[in-house]
Amino acid sequence: MAAIYSLYIINKSGGLIFCKDYGSAGKMDTNDSLRLASLWHSMHAISQQLSPVNGCAGIELLQADTFDLHCFQSLTGTKFFVVCEPGTLHMESLLKYIYELYTDYVLKNPFYEMEMPIRCELFDLNLSQAIQKDRVALLGR
Amino acid sequence: MQFFGGSEISPSPPPPTVSGNNAHMLYVFNRNGVCLLYREWNRPLKTLNPQQDHKLMFGLLFSLKSLTAKMDPTSAEKGNLGVPQLPGQGCSFHSFRTNTYKLSFMESPSGIKIILVTHPRTGDLRESLKYIYNLYVEYVVKNPLYSPGAPIKCELFNSTLDQYVRGLG
Repeated sequence: MAAIYSLYIINKSGGLIFCKDYGSAGKMDTNDSLRLASLWHSMHAISQQLSPVNGCAGIELLQADTFDLHCFQSLTGTKFFVVCEPGTLHMESLLKYIYELYTDYVLKNPFYEMEMPIRCELFDLNLSQAIQKDRVALLGR
Repeated sequence: MQFFGGSEISPSPPPPTVSGNNAHMLYVFNRNGVCLLYREWNRPLKTLNPQQDHKLMFGLLFSLKSLTAKMDPTSAEKGNLGVPQLPGQGCSFHSFRTNTYKLSFMESPSGIKIILVTHPRTGDLRESLKYIYNLYVEYVVKNPLYSPGAPIKCELFNSTLDQYVRGLG
C-alpha cells in the first residue's frame, strides 16, 4: 500500500491543473477530480471566513477516517495538496519541495502558459522521484 | 465512522491534552442543520451575523463530508459527489487544522453534529467530543422538558459544558 495516494495542484481560481494518482482504490474520472479540486478550493476559502481570530490562511491538514489531506498554498494562490495514509510524516516538507519543482520545471518552462494544465516531462520525472517513499523520509531532515 | 457501544456516561472525562484555556467556540447541529446550541468563549473576530455563521459552518461540514466520502482512497465504490449520506455512511473526517484554529467534528448515529473549535496546537479531541455527546445525552435528551429539535436552553448542561471545556483548556 502506498503511503501517498494522490497529488493535486489547483490554480488560484480553483481549476485543477495537475492531478496524479499513486494507487488509490477505485478510479476517479477527470470530471470528478475537477469537481473535487474546485470543492476543495471553496472549502479552503470558507474555512478562512469562519476563523475565530484574524489572519487565517485556510486549511492545512484535514484528518479523515481513512486518509490525511495536507494542503500548501503558495503566495500566489496556487494550492498543492497530497492525500496520504493517516499519520504520514514529512508532508509539509514534501509539499514545499513539490512547490520548488513546480517553480523550477513548470514556471521556468517557456512553453508553459500560466494557470493552464501542467504537461511537463521533466516535472513528472522529478516528481515521481520525490514521491518515492525513501525520498520522502529524507526530506524530514 | 465508529459508533459507540454502550450508553453509559464515561465515569471520568478524558484527560486534557494541553493546559491553558484555548477553546474558541462550540456548535451543536441536528440532522436537519438546525443549530441547537452555540457557545462562545473566545472569539475576537466575527465576520458574519450569528445565523449566517451557523449556516456557513453547517455548509462547510456538509461539503467537507461529501468531499472526504468521494476522495476516500481505500474504497472502490464511492458513489457520486454531493449525494447526501446517512450518518456513519461513507468516509467522514474528525478534524481539520488551519494556522489559526483547529476544528474537531463528531457525528452521532442520530445525526447530531458536535463541533469544537480550539487552538491549532490542540491534540486529538475525539474522546472529548464523545464525552460532550454524553453530557448532551445526560443533561438534554433525558430532560423531560426538552423537545427534540428545539434549541437547547438548559442551564445545567451549559454550566457543566463550560466547566468541562475550561478544564480541557
